Amino acid sequence: MNSQAGKETIYTKDFLASLENANQPEWLKNLRSEAFEYFTENGFPTPRNEEWKYTNVAAIGNEDFRIAQSSDFTPEKIAPFVFNESKESVLVFSNGSFDRNLSNLDAIKDATVLSFSAAASDEKFGEIFKAKLGSLVDFEKNGFTALNAAFIGEGVFLFIPKNAKIESPVQFLFVSDEGKAAFPRVLVVAESFAEATIIETFVRADETKYLTDAVIEVSLADEAKIKHYRVQRESHEAFHVGASGTEVARGSVYDATNITLGARLSRHDIDFKFNSEGGEAFVDGLYLISEDQHHDTHSVIDHRLPNCTSHQTYKGIIDGKARAVFNGKILVRENASGTDGYQSNKNLLLSNDARVDTKPQLEIFNDDVKCAHGATVGQLEEEELFYLLSRGLNESLARNLLTYGFAEEIVNKIEIESIKKQLDEAVLNRLNANLEA
Amino acid sequence: MLLEIKDLHAGIEGREILKGLTLNVNRGEVHAIMGPNGSGKSTLAKVLAGHPGYEVISGEVLFEGKNLLELDPDERARSGVFLAFQYPVEVPGVSNSQFLRLAYNEKMKHLGEEELDPLEFNDYLKEKAKVVEMDSSFFKRSVNEGFSGGEKKRNEILQMAVLEPKLAILDETDSGLDIDALRIVAGGVNKLRDSEKAIILVTHYQRLLNYITPDFVHVLANGKIVKQGGKELALELEEKGYDWVKAAGK
Ligand SMILES: Nc1ncnc2c1ncn2[C@@H]1O[C@H](COP(=O)(O)OP(=O)(O)OP(=O)(O)O)[C@@H](O)[C@H]1O
Ligand SMILES: [Mg+2]
Repeated sequence: MNSQAGKETIYTKDFLASLENANQPEWLKNLRSEAFEYFTENGFPTPRNEEWKYTNVAAIGNEDFRIAQSSDFTPEKIAPFVFNESKESVLVFSNGSFDRNLSNLDAIKDATVLSFSAAASDEKFGEIFKAKLGSLVDFEKNGFTALNAAFIGEGVFLFIPKNAKIESPVQFLFVSDEGKAAFPRVLVVAESFAEATIIETFVRADETKYLTDAVIEVSLADEAKIKHYRVQRESHEAFHVGASGTEVARGSVYDATNITLGARLSRHDIDFKFNSEGGEAFVDGLYLISEDQHHDTHSVIDHRLPNCTSHQTYKGIIDGKARAVFNGKILVRENASGTDGYQSNKNLLLSNDARVDTKPQLEIFNDDVKCAHGATVGQLEEEELFYLLSRGLNESLARNLLTYGFAEEIVNKIEIESIKKQLDEAVLNRLNANLEA
Repeated sequence: MLLEIKDLHAGIEGREILKGLTLNVNRGEVHAIMGPNGSGKSTLAKVLAGHPGYEVISGEVLFEGKNLLELDPDERARSGVFLAFQYPVEVPGVSNSQFLRLAYNEKMKHLGEEELDPLEFNDYLKEKAKVVEMDSSFFKRSVNEGFSGGEKKRNEILQMAVLEPKLAILDETDSGLDIDALRIVAGGVNKLRDSEKAIILVTHYQRLLNYITPDFVHVLANGKIVKQGGKELALELEEKGYDWVKAAGK
């Protein structure tokens, strides 16, 4: 604890300054103060906490990451990270703060984009903003969600009204400077029958050290349809901790694909809940890590009401000395009859030093359910390998092709061509292979 | 001679399955291998293709005069040996066309010939797919994934057509095919047939041999060739079953 006390001082000074300077309503300042208090008391989680058993974040506490006061990102620096499909629907966060000048909202019609400070004082949206903020990711979840809440500043509130459909995918693009701690936060509220695709991209092309501590909350009302892509390609020196909280309602469909490629140490928490009967969710993911990377996905799919369907397919490719953790819980509560829950976590270990700890969990308190789950850890299938060899592919090509195929099951589901292409390339790059499709 | 198998003993997990098999195949010939279930036909096919699960205990296999057994499976394939599997494997996430192009280009590289880029290859593939009357919608799909039994077999023949092997070993490619598919597959095989190439057909049914006339028919029983003959032998087997040849083999 002692070693952390010093770091807390660093955050404390920044926190007090930012709280004082913030033009925010009392309730929000109070929420921030409470969150910071939680953090001061609890610090970052340690491996003694069961939920963090395999992911030791002490290294983050030992760094001297500071809150940025400004940034020098320019449109030119940002451009390569903007997906073609989102050129006119991109919301840029630099060092955790929404940067309107770098953003382009031209194609976001029929929906409202507000910075948090605007949303909090907005006559029309103030109430719903207050009601939803922090409702899907509890700031007391852990030290990271607490610290993110404590530093709530210029986040983005995206409101998609009833029946509206945003045609262009909305890209939230997060970039950071070296040595900084960034606490970006997004709140998406989709009213009934609303439709949109959102993309979160965490990216940094060079190898620098910084901390991203991100939170996104997504709320779907009846019959809303949201596709949610999350692509984490932070610098390989960076630390990344993210929490995604989602609620869906009757007839709504939430389809998430979470891709992890970057960061030295990363963690992604998913809190998903069905808030009415008859919702459907896909929560899929792929982590592709190597060298000394560490990634941990913790997800909870909470079936609290009847007749909801959840599908979760997570795949991991782990090379070098990298280490992955997958902990996925499907919770079926007492009155959630008619639940259909599926979960699978398949891991491919490409080296002898690679390691994965996977723990799919079913907690079922109702008899009338259909649930299946499973996890595998292994090497490539020998029969598949022989099949490719028997067609003349040399062994390394054959292995790469199979590994690529393993990843493609997730990549192929992505409906945005330039994300798919980028990931295709990233996978091939990682495999060092030329498999040109 | 293209392929010479001399007194081959081979097995799996310490169990001997091929017990002294000898077979010679010349260029231009079609050999049919028939025999009861479990007699070792697929084992022979896999040993020739170099499956790592099978071990060769003794004997010799020469392909174009060179020791085939010391080559890795991929080297065997690039030298012109092709096995159409009895149970083709599904390869999720890898598209048929991508897989075929990589295989084709590996062969071209081996021959020191020009490789094809995706567009060029696509044209080539379309031509070849006509041979097996396969729709181009199959190109984009993952290799064999979700293919029906017959479609998998046709896909094997498509691969053979693309790779143009010197020696093709077809392990029960006719099993599970409907009449039309059988005709199509046989047509594909006949197209490959020429004076430079040889084909080994493993089959249980005489009906395939109505479409592809073999030069020789061999009966494999209990790990050995127990009888050889011309195409009439297949008819005789159909009529009398295997007991009489098995008895003759002992
Ligand atoms: N992986 C294996 N492990 C143990 N035994 C095996 C294995 N593969 C084959 N065998 C055994 O070897 C014997 C020969 O099998 P093989 O598949 O070669 O027969 P086959 O002639 O192709 O039969 P079929 O006509 O049914 O296809 C069988 O008794 C089989 O059970
Ligand atoms: Mg067989």
